[in-house]
Amino acid sequence: MAQSYLSLEFIDKTFERNGTKSEVLKQVSLGVDKGEFVSIIGHSGCGKSTVLNIIAGLIDATSGAVFLDGKHVDAPGPERAVVFQNHSLLPWLSVYENINLAVSKVFRGKKTKSEQHDWVMHNLDLVQMAHAKDKRPAEISGGMKQRVGIARALAMEPKVLLLDEPFGALDALTRAHLQDAVMEIHARLGNTMIMITHDVDEAVLLSDRIVMMTNGPAAKIGEVLEVPIARPRNRIELASDRTYLKCREAVLKFLYERHRFVEAAE
Amino acid sequence: MSVTQLNIKESKQVSPKAQVVAFSPAKPTRPIGSMVVEKARRLNATILPPLLTLALLVLAWEILCSSPTSSLPSPSRVLSESWELIIHPFHVGQGVDQGMFWHIAASLQRVALGYALAAIAGIALGVLVGQSQWAMRGLDPIFQILRTVPPLAWLPLSLAAFRDGNPSAIFVIFITAIWPVIINTAVGIRNIPQDYQNVAKVLRLNGFEYFAKIMLPAAAPYIFTGLRIGIGLSWLAIVAAEMLIGGVGIGFFIWDAWNSSLISDIIVALVYVGVVGFLLDRLIAFVGRLVTRGTANA
Repeated sequence: MAQSYLSLEFIDKTFERNGTKSEVLKQVSLGVDKGEFVSIIGHSGCGKSTVLNIIAGLIDATSGAVFLDGKHVDAPGPERAVVFQNHSLLPWLSVYENINLAVSKVFRGKKTKSEQHDWVMHNLDLVQMAHAKDKRPAEISGGMKQRVGIARALAMEPKVLLLDEPFGALDALTRAHLQDAVMEIHARLGNTMIMITHDVDEAVLLSDRIVMMTNGPAAKIGEVLEVPIARPRNRIELASDRTYLKCREAVLKFLYERHRFVEAAE
Repeated sequence: MSVTQLNIKESKQVSPKAQVVAFSPAKPTRPIGSMVVEKARRLNATILPPLLTLALLVLAWEILCSSPTSSLPSPSRVLSESWELIIHPFHVGQGVDQGMFWHIAASLQRVALGYALAAIAGIALGVLVGQSQWAMRGLDPIFQILRTVPPLAWLPLSLAAFRDGNPSAIFVIFITAIWPVIINTAVGIRNIPQDYQNVAKVLRLNGFEYFAKIMLPAAAPYIFTGLRIGIGLSWLAIVAAEMLIGGVGIGFFIWDAWNSSLISDIIVALVYVGVVGFLLDRLIAFVGRLVTRGTANA
């Protein structure tokens, strides 16, 4: 098969704890094109975060490999920047310093000091957080922290941006704001993005394709759904859009009819 | 967004009015006046209770020790007997006949040296033990046993090793203060959240960058807890150590006063020891607050 921009090939993952092996992922293969927005959805505990962590290089796959832009990747790196679920900003640094830590590391020797400063401010502007650059994470709201987290990831100029349930901890209104912000950034910069989510509406609204995972143990990709809705997308217009509703129904059916979450399987 | 901001501004404008009404009904049109009044009130609330209790305690002491046969001096007798000592803290004389300031300064010098060495070595060992599973398994049992050895038990050994009083006293401070620093630093390092480690991995920070930018700041609150316990223990140990090694220093001053039956001088010295110990603790706490600003509340 022709290799995609990012490709996961036959990923297996087995965790071993106290001598008992538990198979988390089995034969997960996925190709993502450049500029594509792909969501991975599944019930909690199905191993979707494990998939993301393997792409990020934070966890090693038991077997199988990840290729990005033709190169094999097996360790973390800034070209696969992660937006963590709980923002993971360093609390002792200001918003500016948090992003500057990433910029000065990634662009050392490639950008001058003043270019680095401009790049930090540019990325803060992208997420509309330039006004809070001297604040510490403890002084800003949860939604703002996640904006800064996104800015930090974007500032690494990643080949692929990995979002690990980025809006899971936010209230519904803030989540909607941030989803719009991510859509706008995706439209402007054309990044390749992979997002883990358990929110059906979020997946349909943001994605070009939705990867649905079966329940663990030994979770695999159950189905991949194309979302043929033109961009830019507007959440209000989509609310009554037939394609949108059909996609939504398809995902719901997958999750709640064919692969209902069984608590006992945990 | 804009609506929220508007709300905040409104509530900010409202709040001073409420303060004026609450705190100074006499001058409702002058918020500055009410602020002064409020400040004075707060000062009263924090300064007045300790002053009052102190006065009561001194009074009780005066009454209890007022009889001429009492074995301990009353406050008024302390004042009259040790007046020279109290009003001449910078007195310079022969040998150990120095003002209180010089005794305290000599003790502080020993503590500063021993404590600084303990802080450096303690943080370094703490990082080692916190970082490496192997180092922890190897060193932790030894630390746990050594830290229970009372400070003064080290003194004969260090006298034998250094054959001099001053370095021995410094070593006793060092060995007293180092354990809480090591243990707290190690706990701090072991408790660095996985999130921060993931950030470091994605950024590919090298060992030194990780140490300086993630490890030290993340562990700083723990480290300062250890440093604060350490300074308290140092000050406890120096008085006892100096009693034995002699020379200028607050510990030997107390011992000397006891040998000369100058009980009032001992009481003056105790007040100095207490106040300086308190100030040392506050100093480390203050530095800790400066350094760990924002880290504690993640």
